Amino acid sequence: MTNSHEPQSFVSKYIFSLDHKVIGLQYIFTAMFMGLFGGALAMIIRSQLAWPEHGIVKPETYLSIVTMHGTIMVFFVVSLALVSGFGNFLIPLMVGARDMAYPLLNMLSYWTIVPACLLMLLSFVVEGGAAASGWTAYPPLSAIASAVPGSGMGQTLWLLAMALFIVSSIMGGLNYLTTIVNLRTKGLTMFRLPLAIWTFLVSTILGLLAFPPLMAAVIMLLLDRHLGTSFFLPAGMILGNEVLPYEGGTPLLFQHLFWFFGHPEVYIIVLPAVGIAFEVIATFARRPPFGYKTSVYAMLVVAALSMIVWGHHMFVSGMSPYVGEYFSVASVFITLPFAVLGLNLVASQWQGNIRLETPMLFALALISAIGTGGLGGLFLGTATSDVYFHDTYFVVGHFHIMIGMVTFLGIFAGIYYWFPKMFGRMLGDRLGKIHFWLTVIPMFTMFVLMHYQGLGGSLRRIYDPTNYDFTAATRTLNSPITHAAFLLVFAQAIFLLNFFYSVFKGPKAKQNPWDSAGLEWTAASPAPHGNWGEHLPEVQRWPYEYGDFSDGSETDFQPQTQPTAQ
Amino acid sequence: MGNRKKPFLSIALMGFFLLVMLSIPAGFLMKTWLPPVASKHGVGIDYVIHFLLWTTGAVFVVGHLVLMWLVWQNTGKGKSTYKPVSQKVEFIWALVPVIFMGVISEAGVLVIGRPVWQQLYGETDADALKIELIGRQFEWFVRYPGKDGVFGKTSPEAVIKRTVDGDNFVGLDKSDPAALDDIVLRSALRLPVGRMVSIRLRTQDVQHSFSVPAFRVKQDLVPGLTTRTQFTPTLVGEYEIACSELCGLGHYKMRGMAIVLTEQNFDDWLAKQKSFFND
Repeated sequence: MTNSHEPQSFVSKYIFSLDHKVIGLQYIFTAMFMGLFGGALAMIIRSQLAWPEHGIVKPETYLSIVTMHGTIMVFFVVSLALVSGFGNFLIPLMVGARDMAYPLLNMLSYWTIVPACLLMLLSFVVEGGAAASGWTAYPPLSAIASAVPGSGMGQTLWLLAMALFIVSSIMGGLNYLTTIVNLRTKGLTMFRLPLAIWTFLVSTILGLLAFPPLMAAVIMLLLDRHLGTSFFLPAGMILGNEVLPYEGGTPLLFQHLFWFFGHPEVYIIVLPAVGIAFEVIATFARRPPFGYKTSVYAMLVVAALSMIVWGHHMFVSGMSPYVGEYFSVASVFITLPFAVLGLNLVASQWQGNIRLETPMLFALALISAIGTGGLGGLFLGTATSDVYFHDTYFVVGHFHIMIGMVTFLGIFAGIYYWFPKMFGRMLGDRLGKIHFWLTVIPMFTMFVLMHYQGLGGSLRRIYDPTNYDFTAATRTLNSPITHAAFLLVFAQAIFLLNFFYSVFKGPKAKQNPWDSAGLEWTAASPAPHGNWGEHLPEVQRWPYEYGDFSDGSETDFQPQTQPTAQ
Repeated sequence: MGNRKKPFLSIALMGFFLLVMLSIPAGFLMKTWLPPVASKHGVGIDYVIHFLLWTTGAVFVVGHLVLMWLVWQNTGKGKSTYKPVSQKVEFIWALVPVIFMGVISEAGVLVIGRPVWQQLYGETDADALKIELIGRQFEWFVRYPGKDGVFGKTSPEAVIKRTVDGDNFVGLDKSDPAALDDIVLRSALRLPVGRMVSIRLRTQDVQHSFSVPAFRVKQDLVPGLTTRTQFTPTLVGEYEIACSELCGLGHYKMRGMAIVLTEQNFDDWLAKQKSFFND
């Protein structure tokens, strides 16, 4: 495939495109669009919690909003932007391929996610409203229509949308895996891969292992709902003053399947953010990342452990306490390799020559967020303290730091950094720095304060916390958190304006504006169809040759394609 | 190093990291967030929490100081070193968190946490008070087994068969002699201080979770299963029961009370209670 095959019509170029860069951007734009909903829902939640006396929404709407905020943000914003968006855009460019291994599958993957998004949004307007059983969709609430208002058509659409999401993720994952393993250009050995590509590889393998069990759970739940099976429903349940005709199932089975997927999912979306931080930090610290190999080994250990610790979400679920003790021992063990990743990010500043450009600011804040989230996780992985913290705002604060803050900071670092490669223009810097400050300050404020609320025992998914006296000490924090949330949303409006303005009017970018050594910067900005001209680049070295080489060279970096001096 | 004027941006960044770093200790100096503990094992849970707060807090502060120092020192230096660190140094640096976090995390789970976990799920005292707690959308019912100390049979069918006497909340089966002296109460759970209570938890509809922050107790109620929790109240007083597992529309107001009485007051109170059938 060379440039001569470039599609000409608008539809084949921008809509039903086979080009990984266009598809990557389609994912990112879709994530932005869904992010508008996810963000708006968060504002409603925060308003209700700060001013419960006004009853901003009804209780049933509140539960739908909580459910849909979580679902949309985790799957349709963060996963889409980070894994599918950056995965698609970066993998071929960073491994020296003209496109993904299966471009058609790639296009199908995107066009499967579109109906999934539409079904999710459609579920808001069906009778009974959107799903209201939480983003975890535990049965019986999610299985029996009369259990909660959103458990009618809304929950069915939720399950169908999730099924489509899983299909799309698996199609995308097959592409990422095959492309990384088979389409690396000449000279690009596995240990010359950028760390970002390693994280996409590990994330993809985790996804391919973890999504099928979730698919099984979704299908079984649909069967329980519509064909009267009893996978998750036992005998003797009473709803609407009648004994329901189910027999032999258990809700715990669903929890096991959900978290068998759910825990790896954390690393599926967190690892790529860490990988992006490694790329950005190497470029702006003008220094190879500290501990390339230990980072690779650490993320492999993290991935392996993440598959066998799902039970720490179920310490008080009625699961055997002996099993719980095993899950606790294994769960906190993840801290070890994960701390290696974190400390390698820290040490990557060592002996550097740091340029505090906007992407770098986001990457540095990400290190801090990983520390906060990672250490907070110990309180929840330790079974004994989790008895107290389970389902409190400590959990909410913790996972917002990990899969909300770390991932978003990674997304932003990546967008500011690769924007020139995406659009051939620079993303506005002054507004970018304002966006940075107005993002990290509210984020930390909100999520750290939520930890304190959790220490006070405040429970999540409570429509009106004033019903309980024990929340009195911590619900005064709801108002500052809500104000911080509004500031955060305001900052994202600045970002979106800056983004779309810069796409069309930003200053023209050079091919390699950050003096980066990475392979993707040897392609033109924006990269053309097929990424490189007549010949694919040949890789001579790893992508991190930065620094003062003391060999008389004028630059402080050597591109990955530059032959080693004899 | 240091001979170049630092730009405002790096000063601001340092300020930010400093604030993040201090936000954790500051929060704890400001006030005690944990509600006063009112159970025996709860003291142990608080101990685990405080152990983790101190150890991870120290790691958090030291980690931020190292990050700040490295960023501050290397910002705008003009020149960086290209000399990859030897793999030996990298592995040694990796050993630091492995050892530190290994000790902190497994000490929390195995050394300090496990004995407390055993109090929660291990042997029940021989004289423990046996109670059953039943959840349904959106209220709690308490059943005391009565003088025979045996919970009588129940059935879901008996729950929905409303009689002239009204709601048979927990579905007691009148044909079972053991059921005749069972006491059934609504929303308030009364307990004697200083005596272990062993609670069987059942739900009639969806999942609920029995949670009393002051007791540091939380246990899900799962359809089809009978789960269990045990603890020893240590302070006389009234404590809120909250449902902590999303259970539907009224989840937020599924509130109950656990009232801890002196042994004497509890015995007097229990003696006065009428059984569900005999009144």
